[in-house]
Amino acid sequence: MELRVDLKKELGIFSFAANFTIQGDALGIFGPSGSGKSTLVKLISGLHQPDSGVIIIDGETLFDSSKRLSVPVEERRIGMVFQHPHLFPHLSVKRNLLYGYRRCPSKHRKIELADLIDVLEIGHLLDRGVYNLSGGEKQRVSIGRTVLSNPRLLLMDEPLSALDDSLKFQIISYLKSVSKRFKIPYLFISHSLVEMRLMSDQVLVVENGGISDQMSTEQLALSRMGQSLTGYINILELKDPQLRDELCAYPWGDGELLISAGNGQAGSLFELSSRDIILLRGFPHAISARNLLKCTVADTFPSGRRLGVKLDCGGEHLVAEVTLPAARELMIEKGSELYAAVKASSFRRMV
Amino acid sequence: MVSFTPADYSAIYLSMKVAVTATLLSLPVGFALAWLMTFRQFRGKVVLDVLINLPLTLPPVVVGYLLLLLLGQKGWIGQHLLQPLGIKLIFTWKAAVIATAVVGFPLLVRAIRIGLEGIDEGLIQASRTLGAGTFDTVMTVVLPLSFRGILAGSALMFARGLGEFGATIIVAGNMPGVTQTIPLAIYEYASSPSGDIMALALCLVSISLSVIILLFHEFLSRRLVKVD
Repeated sequence: MELRVDLKKELGIFSFAANFTIQGDALGIFGPSGSGKSTLVKLISGLHQPDSGVIIIDGETLFDSSKRLSVPVEERRIGMVFQHPHLFPHLSVKRNLLYGYRRCPSKHRKIELADLIDVLEIGHLLDRGVYNLSGGEKQRVSIGRTVLSNPRLLLMDEPLSALDDSLKFQIISYLKSVSKRFKIPYLFISHSLVEMRLMSDQVLVVENGGISDQMSTEQLALSRMGQSLTGYINILELKDPQLRDELCAYPWGDGELLISAGNGQAGSLFELSSRDIILLRGFPHAISARNLLKCTVADTFPSGRRLGVKLDCGGEHLVAEVTLPAARELMIEKGSELYAAVKASSFRRMV
Repeated sequence: MVSFTPADYSAIYLSMKVAVTATLLSLPVGFALAWLMTFRQFRGKVVLDVLINLPLTLPPVVVGYLLLLLLGQKGWIGQHLLQPLGIKLIFTWKAAVIATAVVGFPLLVRAIRIGLEGIDEGLIQASRTLGAGTFDTVMTVVLPLSFRGILAGSALMFARGLGEFGATIIVAGNMPGVTQTIPLAIYEYASSPSGDIMALALCLVSISLSVIILLFHEFLSRRLVKVD
């Protein structure tokens, strides 16, 4: 999908201007609250009108002030997933789901109710009213309703910020599988870097009512490392654990990782801060950290007053962070061999 | 034992007929205006708000007199619109309907607005992005969700309509069997020396009707609160 936007909008004392072209199927809009993310979303969806400019999706013009053209919201075929589910309280789950489907011209109807029910696991909810659903169920039904309207693009406006952590990652996997299964590109809006990294590979950075940057999500994460209190968050997707001495051992690279927050589930997602990795020059005889990984420095980069170190550990990658004096003592440079020590308790389970 | 004359029955029937007609006629306009006032921003919104609510604070006699000036044979609407079409409104039951509609209108709009303001705007945005146009959204989301507000407003306006006196007596007159409603009949009985019993009997009818309507309104309002 290619989205081309060049527009201006004045909203009282707040003004928003953006000019960008972005391509991809998993795109993100990242920025702090009040920066203009939601304004941009409303302008693209047609809920707000720009004062001037153009919006073009895959060559089709949705808005062009010079031609006085503005495709109405209901004809743009841009699906929205909101922060709150906004389910229609007077309709059953099934009628909510079919609301957009029934209004979609038949030539665009590619996704059917039956396909969607499987992906989102909502078959058992169909005949219920929307009041008796849990938070996660409501958001799933809401996602389903939007997807069934067979949109060309999904705009996800902070869809996770009203959910607690465990639900958040559950919904992320639903969002991703829906987009992948039905081949719908999306624009994911969030102020959370972790969410952004799980959902997108290209991002637009929004700041002070405008687009300040456009880059890959990984680049964004690395560039924000120095400013963040938690450093860079390594996200590890681990599978098939074995229980060993009350810790879970997950195969990783050519070795394994011992994690105390592990559980018996087949697949889990863990986060590990770059600041929780200790780098050592030689092999220690004894150490309390349960993970001692032999690794090679793949790259280094400055990160504020520290040095970011990209490590290659038997085919897998980690990003660590050390102070400059430590870097000098360890003589860290590209290609040098090191040991990385990580406590089993430093891994935080996300899902 | 009190026995009503045919003119009294006709007054009761006419009161109901006038109140029902006025309410039904006002509903679509009232809903449209309430929708406009709740969801749209436009110039002159405050002026419109004042105009809608004016009959609530004006003495009904003033409303009636202004209507008479407007709709009468020499009035602007009466002369240029009604006469060419051969319509005579003043001193017919239809004039009573118009007077009742104008006086009760603010109550209707207020209640519908409360119903509309309770609707989460996110629901409307959701329906638009799901492919529903404005009219479609109003019919399938806004109307069902403000239904109780509409019912409550109608009940209130109907009850107010039953008691309409000041504006009605000026534009419709007080002709038994033609334009005489319950309040006008009570007024007539009360002004005659031996009419106390009859006036009281009609008062009882009026009170009964009002109590029923208000109970219904109260019941609906409670339901509204629960939904929120």
